[in-house]
Amino acid sequence: MANEGLDKAVSGEYALGFEIDIETETVPPGLDENTIRFISKKKNEPEWMLELRLKALKKWESMTEPHWAKLEYDSIDYQSISYFAAPKEGIDSLDEVDPKILEAYEKLGISLEEQKQLAGVKVAVDAVVDSVSVKTTYAEELAEHGIIFCSISEAIENHPELVKKYMFSVVPMADNYFAALNSAVFTDGTFVYIPKGVRCPMELSTYFRINAINTGQFERTLIVADEGSYVSYNEGCSAPTRDDNQLHAAVVELVILKDAEIKYSTIQNWYPGDETGKGGIYNFVTKRAVCEGENAKVSWTQVETGSAITWKYPSCILKGDNSVGEFYSVAVTTLAQQADTGTKMIHLGKNTSSTIISKGISAMKGQNTYRGLVKIGSNATGSRNYSECDSLLIGSQCGAHTFPYLESKDTKGQVEHEATTSKISDEQLFYLRQRGINEEDAVSMIVHGFCKQVFSQLPMEYAVEAKALLELTLEGSVG
Amino acid sequence: MSSVMKIENLQAKIGDKQILKGLNLELEAGKVHAIMGPNGAGKSTLSKALVGHYDIEVLDGDITYKGKSIVEMEAEERALEGIFLSFQHPVEIPGVNNAYFLRTALNAKRKHEGKEELNAAEFLRLMKSHLEMLGMKSDMISRSLNEGFSGGEKKRNEILQMLILEPEVIILDEIDSGLDIDALRAVSEGINKMKDGKRTFLVITHYSRILDYIEPDYIHVLKDGKVIKTAGPELVPYLEEHGYDGIEEE
Repeated sequence: MANEGLDKAVSGEYALGFEIDIETETVPPGLDENTIRFISKKKNEPEWMLELRLKALKKWESMTEPHWAKLEYDSIDYQSISYFAAPKEGIDSLDEVDPKILEAYEKLGISLEEQKQLAGVKVAVDAVVDSVSVKTTYAEELAEHGIIFCSISEAIENHPELVKKYMFSVVPMADNYFAALNSAVFTDGTFVYIPKGVRCPMELSTYFRINAINTGQFERTLIVADEGSYVSYNEGCSAPTRDDNQLHAAVVELVILKDAEIKYSTIQNWYPGDETGKGGIYNFVTKRAVCEGENAKVSWTQVETGSAITWKYPSCILKGDNSVGEFYSVAVTTLAQQADTGTKMIHLGKNTSSTIISKGISAMKGQNTYRGLVKIGSNATGSRNYSECDSLLIGSQCGAHTFPYLESKDTKGQVEHEATTSKISDEQLFYLRQRGINEEDAVSMIVHGFCKQVFSQLPMEYAVEAKALLELTLEGSVG
Repeated sequence: MSSVMKIENLQAKIGDKQILKGLNLELEAGKVHAIMGPNGAGKSTLSKALVGHYDIEVLDGDITYKGKSIVEMEAEERALEGIFLSFQHPVEIPGVNNAYFLRTALNAKRKHEGKEELNAAEFLRLMKSHLEMLGMKSDMISRSLNEGFSGGEKKRNEILQMLILEPEVIILDEIDSGLDIDALRAVSEGINKMKDGKRTFLVITHYSRILDYIEPDYIHVLKDGKVIKTAGPELVPYLEEHGYDGIEEE
């Protein structure tokens, strides 16, 4: 009984698939040196940046697309993608954003007008549409604390010393195929610098929107937390419903110095495609944090509900002694979605510790893979890792797979791994229904219970959003 | 007599095996009915059939509740109409807060009855008042539903749900199994509190122990998928002495 109705209950509708009706300037499809020069020129970049991009392009051209992940998709034609698209209005003056874009962001639940925000909770937003940042809020207020919060293009122009020092320091330009591609063609993204001893007074966030047809989005985010500082940063994203696949290849680098902490949360809701596997975003993302100093702490929390294909392993390099890395993940694959996601915890400093909590939910024909590496280096004495990977299957056509890798050079290191796979059992559903709770609410209750450990890591307002999103993804089709 | 539920010629199977073979039973409103019988007689199957469990396929016959057939009714619909099953083995649901679950269930019922939903504070007051009576700790509010509960805690939690949902027909499937004497007392007290002359109980049990605490009005002996005898509580000591073998179909 339980499987009837269940499929219907988990084929949630994608609510953010609308298109923003704006004129877009797009570079013709194709990727070569000229494309790079065009992008660099469009962004008025200094020569050194162009040089770095060209170097990355050369490296990328010598590399091949990796296929070790448990993902099945048609090979990507990189020459058929357009590498730059920007809304025509509002580029020159950041104060004048096309009202249609403002309206679209309102529709997404994000206010780009500071005075319109609810009292009490201030969230600074960098809004990125296709290849450009269209608006960054609260930048001035943050500057009073010495905090730099701007688009990466502005950072290249105004803070070259910081960009030169830290960009590519965590994810080298030829780290992997998709990182190399990003290094060559990245268009916008967010730059954050929190000075020594400063606790960022508000949540920072970036909202990425793919809008143009046939373009890829290649953003690059760099966050530097100087000694003793703290910041909580959140990113969200969405894209219109389209029959063609679109490529998203991002790079995020986090640098955490002594006694500093970064909390990085993601709610990923790119268009997932339909139940036959048509359309949807190909999401190939490299995210890495390095805890450079002692007692540095980084925490990745991700709620992945969108994209046709997800290839993503937010990682922590725990260099500083006593540094801490955390990874909390909920990945949902329904329809025909595939996700291969997890983390790498590289313990290099002494007494470093890491925690991995991964929750995979598969429904309909969704395929969900956890892939994680815990590596304890020879100097990392006294290091500890705790991993917990749980999978929840809804229905019988979906799949869950777990690939935990462990390399330990320290025999005294403490590594614990627990993995479970459970089905939403008919008995659980029946129990709730016998108490008068309808099937849809029962499924959602069980799923929320399953995700609780991860949602509790999100800042409050995002936890609410994540719950709502999960509900929509898994049970939007009725009502 | 005024009957609240009537089971006529019920034939039902689980998988390929027919378990209920023409079962007839009438539940008198406001009374306590005990169903006794040997292992494999079909006691649990009967309780599952009454609440619309997915394991059960009804082949023939009918179940009417307040004059309406419920055989085709969804499980949640029957629950909302006032039929409650205390499970023999309550399932664990990790991460689902016990109070949140119960409030959702209660509000679903209240909504169904056209009543105002209770807010969190109102609900907590209600829940706390019952916890104490059942000898349950206040951490039952925040713990996950049945997760890591002892056998006794699970059964007390079933009774807690019954007290809060205030159903009209209450099926207790082996409520006393795995209970120590203190838990048995607490559970019985909860059940007796619900006996108001209007609610109807169907107590399914192997042993007569629970019947010392909850006094039945009728004893029905179930054997090989049929009710073969109905009598008053005086039958209990006879069954204890002679077992079920000596009972012939009436």
